[in-house]
Amino acid sequence: MRPIAAVVFATAVLSATAIAAEIPLAERKSGYEFMGRETRAMQDDDTVNPAMLWVLDGEALWNRKEGSAAKSCADCHGDARASMKGVAARYPAFSAARGRPVDLEQRINICRTEQQQSTPLPLESKELLALAAYVGRQSRGMPIEIADDERTKPFLQAGRELFTQRQGQLNLSCAQCHDDNWGQKLAGAAIPQGHPTGYPLYRLEWQALGSLQRRLRNCLFGMRAISYPLGAPEYVDLELYLMWRARGMPVETPAVRP
Amino acid sequence: MARALINAPAKAKRGEIIEIKTLISHNMETGFRPDNTGKPVPRDIITDFICKYNGQEIFRAELFPAIAANPFLTFFTVATESGTLSFEWTGDNGFTANESVNITVE
Repeated sequence: MRPIAAVVFATAVLSATAIAAEIPLAERKSGYEFMGRETRAMQDDDTVNPAMLWVLDGEALWNRKEGSAAKSCADCHGDARASMKGVAARYPAFSAARGRPVDLEQRINICRTEQQQSTPLPLESKELLALAAYVGRQSRGMPIEIADDERTKPFLQAGRELFTQRQGQLNLSCAQCHDDNWGQKLAGAAIPQGHPTGYPLYRLEWQALGSLQRRLRNCLFGMRAISYPLGAPEYVDLELYLMWRARGMPVETPAVRP
Repeated sequence: MARALINAPAKAKRGEIIEIKTLISHNMETGFRPDNTGKPVPRDIITDFICKYNGQEIFRAELFPAIAANPFLTFFTVATESGTLSFEWTGDNGFTANESVNITVE
Protein backbone atom coordinates (compact mmCIF):
# COMPACT_ATOMS: atom_id res chain seq x y z
CA MET A 1 0.00 0.00 0.00
CA ARG A 2 1.39 3.40 -0.97
CA PRO A 3 1.87 5.85 1.89
CA ILE A 4 -0.84 8.30 0.73
CA ALA A 5 -3.38 5.52 0.28
CA ALA A 6 -2.48 4.20 3.72
CA VAL A 7 -3.05 7.61 5.27
CA VAL A 8 -6.41 7.95 3.49
CA PHE A 9 -7.38 4.48 4.67
CA ALA A 10 -6.33 5.20 8.25
CA THR A 11 -8.26 8.52 8.23
CA ALA A 12 -11.35 6.78 6.89
CA VAL A 13 -11.21 4.18 9.66
CA LEU A 14 -10.58 6.85 12.27
CA SER A 15 -13.41 9.07 11.12
CA ALA A 16 -15.79 6.12 11.03
CA THR A 17 -15.02 5.33 14.66
CA ALA A 18 -14.59 8.89 15.94
CA ILE A 19 -16.74 9.70 18.94
CA ALA A 20 -19.41 12.43 18.83
CA ALA A 21 -17.59 14.76 16.46
CA GLU A 22 -19.77 17.68 15.45
CA ILE A 23 -20.54 17.94 11.74
CA PRO A 24 -18.55 20.79 10.13
CA LEU A 25 -20.89 23.63 9.12
CA ALA A 26 -20.17 23.22 5.39
CA GLU A 27 -21.00 19.49 5.45
CA ARG A 28 -24.45 19.85 6.91
CA LYS A 29 -27.34 18.51 4.86
CA SER A 30 -31.07 18.88 5.30
CA GLY A 31 -33.16 15.71 5.62
CA TYR A 32 -34.48 16.70 2.17
CA GLU A 33 -31.21 15.56 0.60
CA PHE A 34 -31.64 12.04 1.98
CA MET A 35 -35.12 11.62 0.48
CA GLY A 36 -36.16 9.88 -2.71
CA ARG A 37 -37.16 11.73 -5.87
CA GLU A 38 -40.91 11.25 -5.32
CA THR A 39 -40.88 12.57 -1.75
CA ARG A 40 -38.83 15.58 -2.84
CA ALA A 41 -41.38 16.29 -5.57
CA MET A 42 -44.13 16.30 -2.91
CA GLN A 43 -42.32 18.96 -0.92
CA ASP A 44 -41.34 21.05 -3.95
CA ASP A 45 -44.86 21.64 -5.26
CA ASP A 46 -47.25 23.42 -2.89
CA THR A 47 -50.27 21.97 -4.68
CA VAL A 48 -48.98 18.45 -4.05
CA ASN A 49 -47.62 18.98 -0.52
CA PRO A 50 -50.33 17.70 1.86
CA ALA A 51 -48.96 19.93 4.64
CA MET A 52 -50.40 22.89 2.70
CA LEU A 53 -53.87 21.70 3.78
CA TRP A 54 -52.83 22.60 7.35
CA VAL A 55 -51.35 25.90 6.19
CA LEU A 56 -54.75 26.81 4.67
CA ASP A 57 -56.44 25.92 7.98
CA GLY A 58 -53.83 28.00 9.79
CA GLU A 59 -54.60 31.01 7.61
CA ALA A 60 -58.30 30.73 8.50
CA LEU A 61 -57.44 30.41 12.22
CA TRP A 62 -55.12 33.42 12.01
CA ASN A 63 -58.08 35.57 11.01
CA ARG A 64 -60.66 34.03 13.41
CA LYS A 65 -61.61 35.98 16.54
CA GLU A 66 -60.95 33.95 19.69
CA GLY A 67 -61.48 34.07 23.44
CA SER A 68 -63.17 36.62 25.68
CA ALA A 69 -61.02 39.38 24.16
CA ALA A 70 -62.63 38.52 20.80
CA LYS A 71 -59.34 39.23 19.02
CA SER A 72 -57.79 37.37 16.14
CA CYS A 73 -54.07 36.94 15.58
CA ALA A 74 -54.46 39.37 12.67
CA ASP A 75 -55.95 42.08 14.93
CA CYS A 76 -52.55 42.50 16.60
CA HIS A 77 -50.10 41.12 14.04
CA GLY A 78 -51.81 42.14 10.80
CA ASP A 79 -50.89 40.29 7.63
CA ALA A 80 -48.82 37.26 8.64
CA ARG A 81 -47.01 37.32 5.30
CA ALA A 82 -45.27 40.51 6.47
CA SER A 83 -45.35 40.33 10.27
CA MET A 84 -44.41 36.66 10.65
CA LYS A 85 -41.65 36.67 8.04
CA GLY A 86 -38.53 35.21 9.66
CA VAL A 87 -40.18 34.60 13.04
CA ALA A 88 -40.13 30.79 12.93
CA ALA A 89 -36.43 30.93 11.96
CA ARG A 90 -35.70 32.43 15.39
CA TYR A 91 -37.62 29.91 17.52
CA PRO A 92 -37.27 28.50 20.18
CA ALA A 93 -36.62 32.01 21.58
CA PHE A 94 -36.03 33.26 25.10
CA SER A 95 -39.14 34.47 26.88
CA ALA A 96 -38.33 36.98 29.62
CA ALA A 97 -41.69 36.35 31.28
CA ARG A 98 -41.07 32.59 31.48
CA GLY A 99 -37.36 32.89 32.24
CA ARG A 100 -36.57 30.21 29.67
CA PRO A 101 -36.84 29.52 25.94
CA VAL A 102 -40.26 28.72 24.48
CA ASP A 103 -40.93 27.06 21.13
CA LEU A 104 -43.31 28.37 18.48
CA GLU A 105 -46.26 26.26 19.64
CA GLN A 106 -45.81 27.47 23.22
CA ARG A 107 -45.48 31.05 21.98
CA ILE A 108 -48.81 30.73 20.11
CA ASN A 109 -50.46 29.42 23.27
CA ILE A 110 -49.03 32.28 25.35
CA CYS A 111 -50.65 34.69 22.89
CA ARG A 112 -53.91 32.75 23.11
CA THR A 113 -54.10 32.83 26.90
CA GLU A 114 -52.68 36.30 27.53
CA GLN A 115 -53.83 38.33 24.52
CA GLN A 116 -56.95 36.52 23.32
CA GLN A 117 -58.00 35.49 26.86
CA SER A 118 -58.75 32.03 25.55
CA THR A 119 -57.79 28.47 26.50
CA PRO A 120 -54.47 27.11 25.22
CA LEU A 121 -54.74 24.75 22.27
CA PRO A 122 -53.72 21.17 23.16
CA LEU A 123 -50.18 20.38 22.02
CA GLU A 124 -50.16 18.33 18.81
CA SER A 125 -53.77 19.34 18.09
CA LYS A 126 -54.73 20.01 14.50
CA GLU A 127 -55.40 23.71 15.21
CA LEU A 128 -52.07 24.38 16.92
CA LEU A 129 -50.13 22.54 14.20
CA ALA A 130 -52.07 24.48 11.55
CA LEU A 131 -51.19 27.83 13.13
CA ALA A 132 -47.55 26.83 13.60
CA ALA A 133 -47.38 25.66 9.98
CA TYR A 134 -48.93 28.90 8.75
CA VAL A 135 -46.51 31.01 10.78
CA GLY A 136 -43.60 28.74 9.81
CA ARG A 137 -44.50 28.96 6.12
CA GLN A 138 -43.80 32.71 6.19
CA SER A 139 -40.12 32.00 6.94
CA ARG A 140 -39.55 29.48 4.16
CA GLY A 141 -36.14 29.93 2.58
CA MET A 142 -34.86 32.18 5.36
CA PRO A 143 -31.77 31.14 7.34
CA ILE A 144 -32.27 29.72 10.83
CA GLU A 145 -30.96 32.23 13.35
CA ILE A 146 -30.98 31.17 16.98
CA ALA A 147 -29.85 33.67 19.63
CA ASP A 148 -26.62 32.45 21.23
CA ASP A 149 -26.26 34.83 24.18
CA GLU A 150 -26.00 34.88 27.96
CA ARG A 151 -29.70 34.15 28.41
CA THR A 152 -29.91 31.16 26.07
CA LYS A 153 -26.46 29.72 26.79
CA PRO A 154 -27.45 27.51 29.77
CA PHE A 155 -30.38 26.07 27.82
CA LEU A 156 -28.28 25.47 24.72
CA GLN A 157 -25.81 23.64 26.95
CA ALA A 158 -28.62 21.57 28.51
CA GLY A 159 -29.83 20.68 25.00
CA ARG A 160 -26.36 19.70 23.90
CA GLU A 161 -26.00 17.46 26.94
CA LEU A 162 -29.30 15.74 26.14
CA PHE A 163 -28.14 15.26 22.56
CA THR A 164 -24.87 13.58 23.55
CA GLN A 165 -26.12 11.69 26.61
CA ARG A 166 -26.60 7.94 26.25
CA GLN A 167 -30.05 6.84 27.29
CA GLY A 168 -32.62 4.06 27.07
CA GLN A 169 -32.29 0.30 26.98
CA LEU A 170 -30.27 0.53 23.77
CA ASN A 171 -27.86 2.91 25.53
CA LEU A 172 -27.73 5.27 22.56
CA SER A 173 -27.30 9.01 22.29
CA CYS A 174 -28.77 11.20 19.54
CA ALA A 175 -25.21 12.09 18.49
CA GLN A 176 -24.24 8.46 17.84
CA CYS A 177 -26.69 8.32 14.94
CA HIS A 178 -26.96 11.92 13.78
CA ASP A 179 -23.36 13.13 14.22
CA ASP A 180 -21.36 9.91 13.82
CA ASN A 181 -23.37 7.74 11.46
CA TRP A 182 -25.47 10.00 9.26
CA GLY A 183 -25.76 8.77 5.69
CA GLN A 184 -25.70 5.14 6.83
CA LYS A 185 -28.80 2.98 6.93
CA LEU A 186 -30.93 2.04 9.89
CA ALA A 187 -33.37 -0.74 9.01
CA GLY A 188 -33.26 0.28 5.34
CA ALA A 189 -33.91 3.99 6.01
CA ALA A 190 -31.22 6.62 5.61
CA ILE A 191 -30.01 8.21 8.85
CA PRO A 192 -30.24 11.99 8.35
CA GLN A 193 -28.18 14.54 10.26
CA GLY A 194 -31.19 15.53 12.33
CA HIS A 195 -31.59 19.18 11.37
CA PRO A 196 -35.11 20.37 12.21
CA THR A 197 -35.41 22.67 9.19
CA GLY A 198 -39.00 21.93 8.18
CA TYR A 199 -41.19 21.57 11.28
CA PRO A 200 -44.06 21.21 11.66
CA LEU A 201 -43.84 18.74 8.78
CA TYR A 202 -45.89 16.13 7.00
CA ARG A 203 -44.50 12.71 7.67
CA LEU A 204 -45.73 10.01 5.30
CA GLU A 205 -45.48 7.48 8.15
CA TRP A 206 -47.80 9.62 10.29
CA GLN A 207 -50.09 10.49 7.36
CA ALA A 208 -50.40 13.82 9.11
CA LEU A 209 -48.58 16.94 10.20
CA GLY A 210 -46.50 16.64 13.37
CA SER A 211 -44.25 18.79 15.53
CA LEU A 212 -40.56 18.40 16.29
CA GLN A 213 -41.51 17.22 19.77
CA ARG A 214 -43.51 14.37 18.26
CA ARG A 215 -40.46 13.45 16.19
CA LEU A 216 -38.21 13.55 19.26
CA ARG A 217 -40.63 11.25 21.12
CA ASN A 218 -40.37 8.90 18.13
CA CYS A 219 -36.58 8.79 18.42
CA LEU A 220 -36.69 8.28 22.21
CA PHE A 221 -39.18 5.45 21.73
CA GLY A 222 -36.82 3.89 19.19
CA MET A 223 -33.97 4.11 21.69
CA ARG A 224 -36.28 2.48 24.26
CA ALA A 225 -35.79 5.50 26.47
CA ILE A 226 -38.44 7.13 28.64
CA SER A 227 -39.96 10.00 26.67
CA TYR A 228 -40.96 13.25 28.32
CA PRO A 229 -44.55 14.51 28.28
CA LEU A 230 -45.32 16.87 25.37
CA GLY A 231 -44.29 20.42 26.21
CA ALA A 232 -41.60 19.33 28.70
CA PRO A 233 -38.70 21.80 29.09
CA GLU A 234 -36.25 19.02 28.11
CA TYR A 235 -37.77 18.94 24.62
CA VAL A 236 -37.53 22.72 24.27
CA ASP A 237 -33.85 22.66 25.30
CA LEU A 238 -33.23 19.95 22.72
CA GLU A 239 -35.21 21.85 20.07
CA LEU A 240 -33.15 24.95 20.86
CA TYR A 241 -29.88 23.06 20.53
CA LEU A 242 -30.97 21.34 17.30
CA MET A 243 -32.06 24.63 15.73
CA TRP A 244 -28.77 26.23 16.77
CA ARG A 245 -26.95 23.22 15.28
CA ALA A 246 -28.85 23.95 12.01
CA ARG A 247 -28.07 27.70 12.15
CA GLY A 248 -27.84 29.30 8.74
CA MET A 249 -29.70 26.47 6.99
CA PRO A 250 -32.88 27.54 5.15
CA VAL A 251 -36.32 26.95 6.72
CA GLU A 252 -38.36 24.43 4.67
CA THR A 253 -41.63 24.60 6.64
CA PRO A 254 -43.89 22.83 5.96
CA ALA A 255 -41.61 20.05 4.78
CA VAL A 256 -42.41 16.47 3.76
CA ARG A 257 -40.45 13.54 5.16
CA PRO A 258 -40.79 9.77 4.73
CA MET B 1 -65.84 21.36 4.85
CA ALA B 2 -62.70 19.51 3.99
CA ARG B 3 -59.81 21.49 2.55
CA ALA B 4 -58.92 20.70 -1.04
CA LEU B 5 -56.14 21.86 -3.33
CA ILE B 6 -56.59 21.83 -7.10
CA ASN B 7 -53.81 22.38 -9.59
CA ALA B 8 -55.08 22.76 -13.16
CA PRO B 9 -53.85 25.20 -15.80
CA ALA B 10 -55.94 28.39 -16.02
CA LYS B 11 -55.18 28.63 -19.76
CA ALA B 12 -54.56 25.98 -22.42
CA LYS B 13 -54.43 25.64 -26.20
CA ARG B 14 -57.26 23.76 -27.90
CA GLY B 15 -56.37 20.08 -28.17
CA GLU B 16 -53.60 20.33 -25.58
CA ILE B 17 -53.24 17.53 -23.04
CA ILE B 18 -53.46 19.04 -19.56
CA GLU B 19 -52.63 17.55 -16.18
CA ILE B 20 -55.01 18.02 -13.27
CA LYS B 21 -53.83 17.43 -9.70
CA THR B 22 -56.19 17.18 -6.73
CA LEU B 23 -55.47 16.86 -3.04
CA ILE B 24 -58.07 16.70 -0.26
CA SER B 25 -57.81 16.50 3.52
CA HIS B 26 -59.37 13.30 4.87
CA ASN B 27 -58.32 10.81 7.56
CA MET B 28 -59.16 7.72 5.44
CA GLU B 29 -59.76 5.64 8.58
CA THR B 30 -59.52 2.05 7.33
CA GLY B 31 -61.96 0.35 9.69
CA PHE B 32 -59.36 -2.25 10.55
CA ARG B 33 -57.53 -0.39 13.32
CA PRO B 34 -58.40 -0.96 16.98
CA ASP B 35 -58.76 2.00 19.33
CA ASN B 36 -57.29 2.20 22.88
CA THR B 37 -59.94 -0.17 24.20
CA GLY B 38 -59.42 -2.77 21.48
CA LYS B 39 -62.62 -2.04 19.53
CA PRO B 40 -62.21 -1.44 15.83
CA VAL B 41 -62.50 2.21 14.78
CA PRO B 42 -65.38 2.35 12.27
CA ARG B 43 -64.43 2.83 8.64
CA ASP B 44 -64.50 6.45 7.46
CA ILE B 45 -63.12 6.88 3.96
CA ILE B 46 -63.78 8.75 0.75
CA THR B 47 -65.35 6.22 -1.60
CA ASP B 48 -65.83 8.12 -4.85
CA PHE B 49 -64.31 10.94 -6.83
CA ILE B 50 -65.74 12.46 -9.99
CA CYS B 51 -64.37 15.19 -12.23
CA LYS B 52 -66.67 16.89 -14.73
CA TYR B 53 -65.66 19.17 -17.58
CA ASN B 54 -68.57 21.51 -18.40
CA GLY B 55 -70.96 19.02 -16.84
CA GLN B 56 -69.60 16.00 -18.67
CA GLU B 57 -67.87 13.33 -16.61
CA ILE B 58 -64.24 12.92 -17.72
CA PHE B 59 -62.70 11.05 -14.80
CA ARG B 60 -64.01 8.87 -11.99
CA ALA B 61 -62.23 6.95 -9.25
CA GLU B 62 -63.34 4.54 -6.54
CA LEU B 63 -61.31 4.70 -3.35
CA PHE B 64 -60.69 1.89 -0.87
CA PRO B 65 -59.40 1.48 2.72
CA ALA B 66 -55.81 0.86 1.58
CA ILE B 67 -55.51 4.40 0.22
CA ALA B 68 -53.50 6.75 2.44
CA ALA B 69 -54.88 9.77 4.29
CA ASN B 70 -55.30 13.02 2.33
CA PRO B 71 -55.78 11.32 -1.06
CA PHE B 72 -53.88 12.82 -3.97
CA LEU B 73 -55.27 12.08 -7.44
CA THR B 74 -53.78 13.22 -10.70
CA PHE B 75 -55.01 12.60 -14.22
CA PHE B 76 -54.96 14.03 -17.74
CA THR B 77 -57.57 15.33 -20.13
CA VAL B 78 -57.70 17.15 -23.45
CA ALA B 79 -58.53 20.86 -23.33
CA THR B 80 -61.50 21.12 -25.71
CA GLU B 81 -63.35 24.31 -24.74
CA SER B 82 -63.39 27.09 -22.15
CA GLY B 83 -65.47 26.42 -19.09
CA THR B 84 -65.45 24.83 -15.67
CA LEU B 85 -63.79 21.77 -14.22
CA SER B 86 -65.76 20.58 -11.21
CA PHE B 87 -64.64 18.05 -8.66
CA GLU B 88 -66.77 16.04 -6.26
CA TRP B 89 -65.67 13.72 -3.47
CA THR B 90 -68.17 11.56 -1.59
CA GLY B 91 -67.62 9.09 1.21
CA ASP B 92 -68.73 7.41 4.44
CA ASN B 93 -70.91 9.22 7.00
CA GLY B 94 -72.38 11.48 4.34
CA PHE B 95 -69.03 13.06 3.44
CA THR B 96 -69.18 15.36 0.43
CA ALA B 97 -66.82 18.03 -0.85
CA ASN B 98 -66.99 20.13 -4.01
CA GLU B 99 -64.51 22.33 -5.76
CA SER B 100 -64.38 23.92 -9.21
CA VAL B 101 -61.87 25.83 -11.29
CA ASN B 102 -62.22 27.74 -14.54
CA ILE B 103 -60.19 27.09 -17.65
CA THR B 104 -59.77 29.26 -20.73
CA VAL B 105 -59.08 27.43 -23.98
CA GLU B 106 -57.70 29.42 -26.90
